[in-house]
Parts: sequence; structure tokens; C-alpha cells
Amino acid sequence: MKRRLLLLLPLIGFLVLGVFLYMGLSMNPFDRDSALMAREFPAFELTTLEDPERVVDASLLEGEVTLVNVWGEWCPTCKQEMPQLLDLADRGVRLVGVDYKDTREKGREFLAEFGNPFEVNVFDPEGTLGFDLGVYGAPETFLVDADGIIRYHHTGYIKPDDVRETILPEVEKWRD
Amino acid sequence: MARLIRGLLAALLLLPLLAQAAGIEVRQFDDPVTEQRYQDLTASLRCPKCENQAIGDSDSPIAGDMRDRVYAQLKDGRSDKEILDFMVRRFGDYVLYNPRLEGRTLLLWGLPAALVLLGAVVVVVMVRARRRTSARALSAEERDRLDALINRERNE
Repeated sequence: MKRRLLLLLPLIGFLVLGVFLYMGLSMNPFDRDSALMAREFPAFELTTLEDPERVVDASLLEGEVTLVNVWGEWCPTCKQEMPQLLDLADRGVRLVGVDYKDTREKGREFLAEFGNPFEVNVFDPEGTLGFDLGVYGAPETFLVDADGIIRYHHTGYIKPDDVRETILPEVEKWRD
Repeated sequence: MARLIRGLLAALLLLPLLAQAAGIEVRQFDDPVTEQRYQDLTASLRCPKCENQAIGDSDSPIAGDMRDRVYAQLKDGRSDKEILDFMVRRFGDYVLYNPRLEGRTLLLWGLPAALVLLGAVVVVVMVRARRRTSARALSAEERDRLDALINRERNE
């Protein structure tokens, strides 16, 4: 009898494997945590989109919980995301934009057309800050606490539902 | 017909040129060792955007940026480990095609070895059990009977 049960071992192994593979099917490969979680926002020194003379660095993000949104005029999803960002700004969230791999002209056009929820926009034409943030597409959004530590990361589009369900609770959580 | 085949073959010969045109830039290196390191690094780093492509094979902009960094850092004399660390700090373990051996990856590296070991143990146990049952198959009486039979055979 015991030997009979032993014969079932390969079948059991196969079933376990099958369960894991099946779970793998419904996983989103882009749904992975940022490597920068709980680390300081990377150092940078760039001008702003608004003023080519004004140089800003990571100290820009200190003192208040800030949502940093990486966008670009070339990015269609960013356009759809703007209403949600404007909504967040209306609700008192401080937003800073990173205009990623863009030209100043196009970036400004974008904000003129779709609205500007950002207190200021860091102009990152070469994508150097984006690279240090581990950004590989846009939009991407990082929540930075008052000490400049990255606390939350959202890859891709912020859906209207995400504003209330995830972003606002995260902002509240790190405000205290 | 022969001409058609010859034409097709000639077209096939041109295919590698097409692949070249698909976009990976040509780099200049001072020595072949660094060039080899560049090839190895770009083959072992995974493109974060395109899932199952090394950055050395990918057209995506981020893969191009990563190749630029690898190249610049090789020129700066950084070690392979420093370059890989640099990428992992930004993009996570995801970009390593060769996961590192550490606490979190112990299962990943250890499981295959453990399974092989388990298999070996199972085989040994089975062989031993079989040997024991075949040795035990004859009782003293049976062995006597067998001897008698053999003797009779020999005497005939």
C-alpha cells in the first residue's frame, strides 16, 4: 500500500508545478516593486521646464510629502493621466513633474493643452534622472516623504479609481 | 527553377545584413578583453521594458540607455560587479539573467541540487530494497530444495 502511494509522488509534483504555472499566467510582469523603495530620492541637478536658468536638486522634495510624476509629451498615456493628477492637485497633494526625454517646447505645449498640476517640472531631456529612478517608460509615479525617501511607486497609468483607492491613502499614510 | 533557388539563396545571404540594420550601435574598444566584457555584460542584463530580451538584443530606448552606461563605465575602468550593482540599484534584481547567490535566492539555486540529491537517495533506497527482497526470496528450505535440484541436474 505504501509503495502504491509512493507512485503518486510524481503526479503530486506535477500538480504543484501546474498550480505555480497557472498562477504565473495571471501575473503582470510589469507589476514589480521599484528597486528604490525606502531609499533616498536619487541626487540630480537639472533645470526646470519653466525656467532654463533655475537649477533644482533633490532638496526640492524635502519638507513635504510630494508626488513625483514622470511624463513626456511623446507619451499618450500621460495625456489620459492628467485629469487624475489635476484632481490630486485639487485635493491638496503637492506634485512635481519630471519632463522625461522631451524638448522644452513640446513639454510646454503639453502642459498648456492638458493642464498643469505640478508645482514645478524638472526638465530631464537626456533621461538621466529617469534612469537613476529606474524608469523604463512613462508615466511612472513616486511618492516621496518629507525626508526625501521614496515610499510608494506606481508603474504606468493612474486610473481614476486609483486616486481614491491607492494614491490618496498612501499620501495620508506618509504625511504624519 | 535552378535560377529561382539560386536567387532565394542569395536573398538568404543578405538576411544578416537586415539584422544589423535593426539597430544595435557599433562600439569601438581599445582592447578585445573589454570588448568581450561588454558583450558579456549586455548579454547578461535583461531589458526592463521588453521582458525576455537582453539589453544587447533590444531596440527599446531604455536598453540603448543601459548599453550607453555599460560602455561608459567600462571606459571608466569599473569592474563587472560595479556595473551590475549600478543597474540592480536602479532596476532591481529583475535585470540580472544570472540571479545572485544570496539568502533570498537560496531556494532558486538550492532546489535543483536538492532535487537531484533526493532522486539519488530514492534510487539508492529502491536498489537496496530490491536487493534485500531478492536475497530474502529464498528461505532455508527453498535453498535446500534448489541445491537438490541443481545437484540432480549435474548428476544426470
